[in-house]
Amino acid sequence: MSTPAYTTDEMMTVSASRLLRNGAVCFVGIGLPSTAANLARLTHAPEAVLIYESGPIGAKPPVLPLSIGDGNLADTADTVVSTPEIFRYWLQGGRVDVGFLGAAQLDRFANLNTTVIGDYHKPKTRLPGAGGAPEISSSAKEVLIIARQSKRTFVQKLDFITSVGHLTGGDSRAKLGLPGKGPTAVITDLCILRPDPTTRELMVTHIHPGVTRETILDKTGWVVQFSEDCHETDLPSEHELQTLRDLHQRTAEAHGVVGAEA
Amino acid sequence: MAHWTSLSEAVRTHIHDGDTVALEGFTHLIPFAAGHEIIRQGIRDLSLIRMTPDVIYDQLIGAGCARKLTFSWGGNPGVGSLHRLRDAVEQEWPHALELEERSHADLANAYVAGAANLPFSIMRGYSGSDLPKFNTQIRTIRCPFTGEELAATPAVRPDVAVIHAQKADAKGNVLLWGIVGVQKEAVLASKRAIVTVEERVENLEAAENACVLPGWVVDAVCLVPHGAHPSYAHGYYDRDNVFYRQWDSISRDRESFLAWIKHYILETSDFAEYERRLMATAGQVVNA
Repeated sequence: MSTPAYTTDEMMTVSASRLLRNGAVCFVGIGLPSTAANLARLTHAPEAVLIYESGPIGAKPPVLPLSIGDGNLADTADTVVSTPEIFRYWLQGGRVDVGFLGAAQLDRFANLNTTVIGDYHKPKTRLPGAGGAPEISSSAKEVLIIARQSKRTFVQKLDFITSVGHLTGGDSRAKLGLPGKGPTAVITDLCILRPDPTTRELMVTHIHPGVTRETILDKTGWVVQFSEDCHETDLPSEHELQTLRDLHQRTAEAHGVVGAEA
Repeated sequence: MAHWTSLSEAVRTHIHDGDTVALEGFTHLIPFAAGHEIIRQGIRDLSLIRMTPDVIYDQLIGAGCARKLTFSWGGNPGVGSLHRLRDAVEQEWPHALELEERSHADLANAYVAGAANLPFSIMRGYSGSDLPKFNTQIRTIRCPFTGEELAATPAVRPDVAVIHAQKADAKGNVLLWGIVGVQKEAVLASKRAIVTVEERVENLEAAENACVLPGWVVDAVCLVPHGAHPSYAHGYYDRDNVFYRQWDSISRDRESFLAWIKHYILETSDFAEYERRLMATAGQVVNA
């Protein structure tokens, strides 16, 4: 089989989708997480249960939603509940296996900032804010994070911790007494990072084919470490790529454009 | 008790300068027509509450109606920033905007507490987050049974809730379905409630457990077909994603925003005329 040509975004989405196991109950963020979660559902994880914070449980959207509350999420869900119920009974109630999040900024302990760049009261850039992320990151049994890697996104120090990852590392998250174990992987267009079992600092464990260590170092705001058994990520399969491209094509036809975040 | 009335009469009667107002609807059934009417009537100093400010609060904030915003996610869904919200926060235009920032889970819980006539809500949340450092209303409480420390936040108790729904009958009983968000809680948490609907029907034909708000918890019901545009009404029309994208350029600078507000809201008498103007200029707006 010839090596399929693919984009770095496709590599990121495919490798993120592989981490969602079949049957997992997944609380899905809009954009990149939603694309990866739906690719998983359409490939190896047909029994994955996708929950969106607007209320649909078991959504099976035929095309990617543009907003977190698109009608096709409700149409295809097993049930649609109110927003309070989603957060109270299903997330806080401990029913969610995986929280799948994006991030404007993250640090070496996978803490997330979606609130503000600069001073809170005199912001350089006002970001959208918390949404469901603080409670997803604390209550989901584990958290997957997907983000394109750059020094703007992967920063030495966050201006604001919106949603806690592994806080200051070590046992600092455990001391908070949160129900979930926090971020278990960060998937980017260059690599996959996982927290070190002891320090909880993100380490590169998989490098996407063709990406150099220098590029990863150059696009990370701290001196990122590589795990000793760092692997090359498996190439996207023809099936994964075709399924993803078909999904984007259907989405473009339905919405008149390619999804807001491809 | 619900009274069928025009939207302009409902807003004039129930929303006053300085009120705390929640226009709710989670992506779906956003009461845009009511938001426009608030702008048209020049109501000022509102303390606005909404989980997802969306384009509707971008319009109200840019038009100078708001003094304060309580919210949990302020973006243009699927598009990017809310430029008018950002301009108010970053540049204090058209004037300063006080922010009370919370998380989705918190605000959803706070509406439940308000509807239940409780002073505060309790939840497991905010641990490790910086939000409580900047919003001193986010506090903690110790469980008297287990000793667990939990987040405690004030209930949401608006003066007025405004929602859009699919149907209401002659008595003003309201039926909504699909993604129902926090609308029921918002109405029950508020002193007064205005509901705009797609359709007035003889019989709601609602299933026993459907989301129905009895007419006696609603003050005004107004027939405003398409009143949720550019959001959507399940079973009636789809989300106008093109408009949401266009809003990004319309709202990006102050002049084009003000021109839009003038042409489509201030110079129109009601939502029907807004719609006629939108249709008349559809081609131009698309190419703008």
